[in-house]
Amino acid sequence: MASPEKTPVDLSLAMVTDPVALADWLVIAPLVICVLVGAVLLMVRKNTALQPMIAIPGLCLLVLVDAALLGRVLVEGPITMTMGRWLPPFGIAFTVDLLGAVLTLVAGIAALAGGIYGAGDVNDSGRRYGFYPFLFLMMAGVSGAFLTGDIFNLYVWFEVLLIASFGLLILGSERGQIDGATKYAFLNLVATTLFLIATGYLYGIFGTLNMADIATKAPQISDKAPLVTLVSLFVLAFGMKAAAFPVNFWLPASYHTPRVVVSALFAGLLTKVGVYALMRIVLLLFPAERDILAMIIALIAAATMLLGAIGALAQTDFRRLLGYLVISGIGIMFAGIALASPGGISGTVFYAVHSMVVMTALYLASGLAARVSGGFSIASTGGIYRSHVALAGITLVLFFAVSGLPPFSGFWPKVVLVKASLDVGAWWLATAILLTGFLTTIAVGRVWLLTYWRNAPSDETAVAAPISALVDYLPLIMLTAIVIILGVFPQQILELSQTAAEQLLNPVAYIRSVFPTGGVQ
Amino acid sequence: MTLLVGLFFVVAVYLFLSKQIIRILLGVAILGNAVNLLIFTSGRLTREIPPILTNGSAAIVPVTANPLPQALILTAIVISFSFFAFLLVLGFRAYQELETDDTEEMRFAEPADPKLPPLGY
Amino acid sequence: MRTLIFSTVAPYLTSLMVVFSIFVLLRGHNEPGGGFIGGLIAASAFAIYGIACGVSPVRRALYFHPMGLAGFGLLVGTLAGVLSVFFGVPFMTGLWAYVPLFGDTVALSTVLMFDIGVYFVVVGSITSIALALEERPSD
Repeated sequence: MASPEKTPVDLSLAMVTDPVALADWLVIAPLVICVLVGAVLLMVRKNTALQPMIAIPGLCLLVLVDAALLGRVLVEGPITMTMGRWLPPFGIAFTVDLLGAVLTLVAGIAALAGGIYGAGDVNDSGRRYGFYPFLFLMMAGVSGAFLTGDIFNLYVWFEVLLIASFGLLILGSERGQIDGATKYAFLNLVATTLFLIATGYLYGIFGTLNMADIATKAPQISDKAPLVTLVSLFVLAFGMKAAAFPVNFWLPASYHTPRVVVSALFAGLLTKVGVYALMRIVLLLFPAERDILAMIIALIAAATMLLGAIGALAQTDFRRLLGYLVISGIGIMFAGIALASPGGISGTVFYAVHSMVVMTALYLASGLAARVSGGFSIASTGGIYRSHVALAGITLVLFFAVSGLPPFSGFWPKVVLVKASLDVGAWWLATAILLTGFLTTIAVGRVWLLTYWRNAPSDETAVAAPISALVDYLPLIMLTAIVIILGVFPQQILELSQTAAEQLLNPVAYIRSVFPTGGVQ
Repeated sequence: MTLLVGLFFVVAVYLFLSKQIIRILLGVAILGNAVNLLIFTSGRLTREIPPILTNGSAAIVPVTANPLPQALILTAIVISFSFFAFLLVLGFRAYQELETDDTEEMRFAEPADPKLPPLGY
Repeated sequence: MRTLIFSTVAPYLTSLMVVFSIFVLLRGHNEPGGGFIGGLIAASAFAIYGIACGVSPVRRALYFHPMGLAGFGLLVGTLAGVLSVFFGVPFMTGLWAYVPLFGDTVALSTVLMFDIGVYFVVVGSITSIALALEERPSD
């Protein structure tokens, strides 16, 4: 690892010597904002009125910075910043390419929606317990995972967001929540431990953990057997995080227990981080090994999406149904990873964006629906269409979007994915995607008929809490507007996701950004 | 060393398979140590020679352990420690609130027989 | 655990351990020690005090809520990284300042500041977990 002959040691080989432009700070800014605001919020935890006042501007700032970062990445390609001047592969690098920038921005928007909704939904005890600080810490974890360029650092961010999500999950300490949190915590812990094992072996093979460094070294290794094992381990670990089929049972067991806004954020953000990490590892680092496993990933994808949709059909609780829809969306994203053609990956990126927005919005809508109709059970609620037309209309739009009907945002990525899978002759994968859409339509149609369209069951005397104000509707309207815009004008985001896919498949720019001289000593 | 890592994994998996939360918790602790030892072995095992440049010599002692895995383990220990502490509190709370530490009986989040919706409307 | 001996010794033991933890924190720069281990020592000091005298005296003695301390530590640690923005070097670069103090030169650095941040995070979070475990419904 060291170059022993040189005396005195030439530090300029190992350290950044050029001054860093202020604009490069954009790479790290989302993280710094999250941690700083989170820390301040943690200190003013007792002052419940002050918290949203700090948190919501903080989230707005976060969204702005994310947008600026995306703009810069669009202009300049991937950007890298190294921590503490130590050059990669020794130092830890934060490298952001288009994929990471897009997902960070959408995550920021989802968090903003959650933060605004939380101002009306989370009561004083929840705030005193630390809803907003945990929200910011979770956002720090999510942004960090999207932006980092180092595998061990990715592990650390996973842990940060896990710890914060535990905190959010048991907000309120009800029996059901503790029950759900126990399962969630243990299974996720196993998943991160698998990730850590894989990271250890990875270091054993390559002697480096920098993603760009590995991406250059991976093709040179002739013995594929350990690498394939390693990639399978990564697929298992991230599949568990993302709730892919054989290891998805923690998600429906826990996602419906916490407060609605927490469920919304989890559904929008956490599983997508797993998908992102999987894309990063298998597409950027080990494309050759991925080809060997492609069939398995495709089978996982088909099974996940179909079982998710069938599970959704069987539910009687609105929120648990949404949990299964999250799973089926994960399956659709896995399909793109299995295909690994530019079309497939751009479909996955687009679908990830769509899914983050739609699932967050759906959970928020379910929360409002429960507030006006008195519960989450499909059996005992009804009549929302009569009492709240606007809410029913928005929900209908979201239902269309999640089942992939035009003209909303779920339609285009599915078209792209179906076309990509037909291109490689995987007709069964295309069938699975279409069938999933069909089953999802039935599942959400059933909810809409029963809780929205029909009259309220006569025995229902639950006093509906009124939906107060703008705080409740604003985030929902914001997210729905994004859904409609993405559906009607898909051109931009399609191009964006295609560029992101090309950057992933052809990581020259990514590697160049980390190693400007192109050389690894 | 390899045998020890294997043994740790075996014990951890065995404990994971049991029903009591507290045993699973012990399994988590042992699994964390197993992984740490695994990473430790990937960084070469040597005796007490720190890989630090001493004054006046620029070349490091040829046979030292790679310090990076040890740094990784340090981070992993910190994280798994905080995890363990959190899970301990969670398990304790679960025991207090749910009055059971048997995972089979934890059905509060997913009740066995929910009310079914009508088939028509 | 409220025996006479223990609850008499505990305050002294606690203060001794807190002082020792600060010593470990500051010596951690070039020798074994540092923010994390110092924080653990301080947190176990508060835990001992909690076992001996009950949880509410500890909370009173700390004055700030433990999680507030953790937030303060997070703030300090991050600011230590952010300081490097003014010097045109990447995030988290160690910056040094040599301050003459009492005829001796004291090396102050952002590294030390980060370590102090870590110290507070660890003290805050571990203490709050320990106190939560010690708290009984009867207290």
